[in-house]
Amino acid sequence: MLLKSGGLALVAGGFLPRVFVRMAGAARPASRRVLVAVFQRGAVDGLNVVVPHGEKLYYDARPSIAVPRPGAGAGAALDLDGFFGLHPSLAPVLPLFRDGSAAFIHAAGSPDTTRSHFDAQDFMESGTPGVKSTPDGFLARAVAQRTVEKPSPLRSVAIAPTMPRILTGPAGAISMTSVAAFGIRGGTASGPASASFESMYGDAVSGSLSATAHESFEALRILKSAGSETRAPQNGAEYPKTPFGASLRQIALLIQSDVGLEVAFTDVGGWDTHAGEGGSQGQLGNRLRAYGQAIAAFARDLGSRMGDVTLVTMSEFGRTVRENGNRGTDHGHANVMLLLGGGVKGGKVYGRWPGLDASHLYENRDLAVTTDFRDVFAELLTKRLAVTSLERVFPGYTVDPRKSLGAIA
Amino acid sequence: MFLRILRSGLGLVLSASALLLASSAWGSPPGALTEREKALHVLNRLAFGPRPGDVDRVLRIGIRPWIEAQLRPESLPDSQLPARLASLETLSMAQSEIFDRFEKPLREARERRKLAAAAASPTVNGEAQASGAGNDAREDMARLPPEQRPRRLVAELATAKVLRAAFSERQLNEVMVDFWMNHFNVYAAKGLDRVLLTSFERDTIRPRIWGRFEDLLLATAKSPAMLFYLDNARSVADPEHRPAARRSFRREPSPASAGTPETARAAKGGLNENYARELMELHTLGVDGGYTQKDVTELARVLTGWSMERAASGEFTFRPRAHDAGSKTVLGHVFAAGGMDEGEAMIRILARHPATARHLARKLCERLVSDDPPDALIARVAARSLASGGDLRETVRAVVESSEFFDPAFFQAKVKSPFEYVVSAVRASGSSTDAGRPLLKQIEQMGEPLYLCQPPTGYSDAAAAWVNSGAIVARLNFALALASNRIPGTDVDLSRLLSPAESEDPARAADALARGLLGRDLSPETRSTIARRLQERAAAGEGAEASPLSLVAALVIGSPEFQRQ
Repeated sequence: MLLKSGGLALVAGGFLPRVFVRMAGAARPASRRVLVAVFQRGAVDGLNVVVPHGEKLYYDARPSIAVPRPGAGAGAALDLDGFFGLHPSLAPVLPLFRDGSAAFIHAAGSPDTTRSHFDAQDFMESGTPGVKSTPDGFLARAVAQRTVEKPSPLRSVAIAPTMPRILTGPAGAISMTSVAAFGIRGGTASGPASASFESMYGDAVSGSLSATAHESFEALRILKSAGSETRAPQNGAEYPKTPFGASLRQIALLIQSDVGLEVAFTDVGGWDTHAGEGGSQGQLGNRLRAYGQAIAAFARDLGSRMGDVTLVTMSEFGRTVRENGNRGTDHGHANVMLLLGGGVKGGKVYGRWPGLDASHLYENRDLAVTTDFRDVFAELLTKRLAVTSLERVFPGYTVDPRKSLGAIA
Repeated sequence: MFLRILRSGLGLVLSASALLLASSAWGSPPGALTEREKALHVLNRLAFGPRPGDVDRVLRIGIRPWIEAQLRPESLPDSQLPARLASLETLSMAQSEIFDRFEKPLREARERRKLAAAAASPTVNGEAQASGAGNDAREDMARLPPEQRPRRLVAELATAKVLRAAFSERQLNEVMVDFWMNHFNVYAAKGLDRVLLTSFERDTIRPRIWGRFEDLLLATAKSPAMLFYLDNARSVADPEHRPAARRSFRREPSPASAGTPETARAAKGGLNENYARELMELHTLGVDGGYTQKDVTELARVLTGWSMERAASGEFTFRPRAHDAGSKTVLGHVFAAGGMDEGEAMIRILARHPATARHLARKLCERLVSDDPPDALIARVAARSLASGGDLRETVRAVVESSEFFDPAFFQAKVKSPFEYVVSAVRASGSSTDAGRPLLKQIEQMGEPLYLCQPPTGYSDAAAAWVNSGAIVARLNFALALASNRIPGTDVDLSRLLSPAESEDPARAADALARGLLGRDLSPETRSTIARRLQERAAAGEGAEASPLSLVAALVIGSPEFQRQ
């Protein structure tokens, strides 16, 4: 029926069933593929994002902030598979799970034991838990492993005011807050001023400053010729008016502009819910609402192009199983990750569930990690971006293919 | 007069050729720094860059005497500053007045709304009221006139920060205030902190930055801003460790609930580790300081009951009934059933710990010397800090009196933070500014919104955090906007940077302007780029819309060497 009516483009306004997402991906060369990584900074409470409603212990541990079981009326979890359910604020993401384009991985995380936000984020971004001396980020190293014909200066982009650790590295990356803000504004003299700056920075007097500036000028030229600034969201996608919504829109814009993007990164904060986290309603519910809307809008905006794009989320660690005295949770261990888009074998919650009984908790307080986040990225990088030298992406870590979750086609 | 000459093609070519031909020594000086370079260095590191004439002024005073005077800021007259800050009324408001004027109206609006909602539709457990709390609070805010919104407090703080950095004579004082505010970072957008930060900077940080570290640390530990930011105000002992007579505790208003409906219901309370962790990781020992998760939990127990008054001023208070009555052990120190004294004792122990001295020495050296300071220097500074009982003046003195401080390897070796870059450009160009929204927005676009660093780590002092393409583009745009007077509220008069003789001689003008802005010679690359640009401009007959002076200024302020200090 779809094919009869003239091709994939016509269904772009809706959510593509999984089979078409995969077809769209397969029909294109790997070089059009994009990995989008989202960091939820502050340690989101994965147990209230993808709720183990089949566990009585979950409800015992969280008398005032548990998300009610599916069917328990307003504010109940949205059932995913009979055991796990989605926080009701994430309703916009549910159709993506149902149509097979989204999956979750529970009890995933970093094996390092730190409960410091700073260290845990650093370890996750460097891709070397426990090793602080790693100079670069693992996505930067992954990009450097790829052999791409004529790599674009816009191959790695962070939508962020400062360059995040994860994309820091010799391969070079661009960070910007938005495509529109990324330009030299000198009135009619913009061109000449830009050229002068370029020549000043061109001579390698100043190391990283010079290299960074050079990338900027290249990227500026490409974006200008692609006319990226003036494009509007597609398919009626409506992004929430939040920084994260704006960031995902910028990534969609770069993808739609075909500027050679391979890896994109952005982050979203506000998850450090020590107090007033709440259950269905409260701080976390409020944050998740806009967060889910942004992700759903991103998928809608990209339409069939989502077959080239795989989005993955991470957060530095999870939060305590038991609620604290302030209707919140403290720093914990394992968390949940989201996979969405091209190649994702969706409609499933992956990972071995360690359980919440005291004997299975990490340090008698936290959800244990059963999936190393590096294994998730290893699968994404090999299957989606054809990265082969994983030992260089994750030095000191042997990726065991037997541990692969098989979440990516 | 000068402009007219320079606009003629001949003048431009002349000045351009002069720039191309003149050679200059540039780069890291091989031997020791010259006196002039040292003067520039102290102005870059211990101040927010030179204003026109500052290098000569420092040389006249003498470098050592200048540093010594900066180390004793109270000895330096600063008569111009109060007038510049006078219009920023909230800076001098008492905490209780700030609370009354900026927090109370919002609380009252919230109460009214709750009552109205309860009357309209009673709910089972209050959840329904909480659901739209965010939107309703925004509407309450929108109904207030802008000058009564809490946002004004943070805006005035940010404006004052830029004005002080740009115009105060007590430059090192402002450098160190920036350092300590960043060390004890509090995020202005976290709830109540927006009404607590003014007092935090004025009453907690500023009076103590030249005293002993333990007094500064203890003051931050008792500051409502920190207690709220890192949740200690909400932390109470677990039920099994609460003191005996505590039955009424549940009814005691929870301080930090400070109005949010969902937390008001959570008055039963429990242990919160957030502050205890950051106190050791960030404020004192450092992440490798040798403490464990167990120490974090135990320290959190020691600090239970350190809280704030909910009503009126939000001042510090110790709540005995929230305090953990059990025995605790932190880093081997055992505290039996004590009260507030055990927290004070432990904070002093942390302040005097050798790991703390090392951690602070490293951070100070990163700020004042190099992104990667030599270990030997850190060790010496830490030793001096310990020997002086944590005297912060002696500790800073140890850094600036070290042989490494004037090591040529570290000359111009640090990239300015966005705040430093913008302020140094304002100073170098002799601009006047109201440091209002348009200028603050420039700093934001480079990645450093003032008072708005969310994580407790504060902003980085290393180049890696600031050198990225988006931020570089923002810096170049700032240079163009400043030099062509396109930042509302900020005015630059470049002709004032030139002597009459230079104004008369176009060949010297561009060079003099560039030198004046940078405080030293340009690199050959920048010199020749500016010269080429002037030549092209003359050849193309461009002109009317931007003066050659502003072109030169934009290129110098945007140049790689002006990004450095």
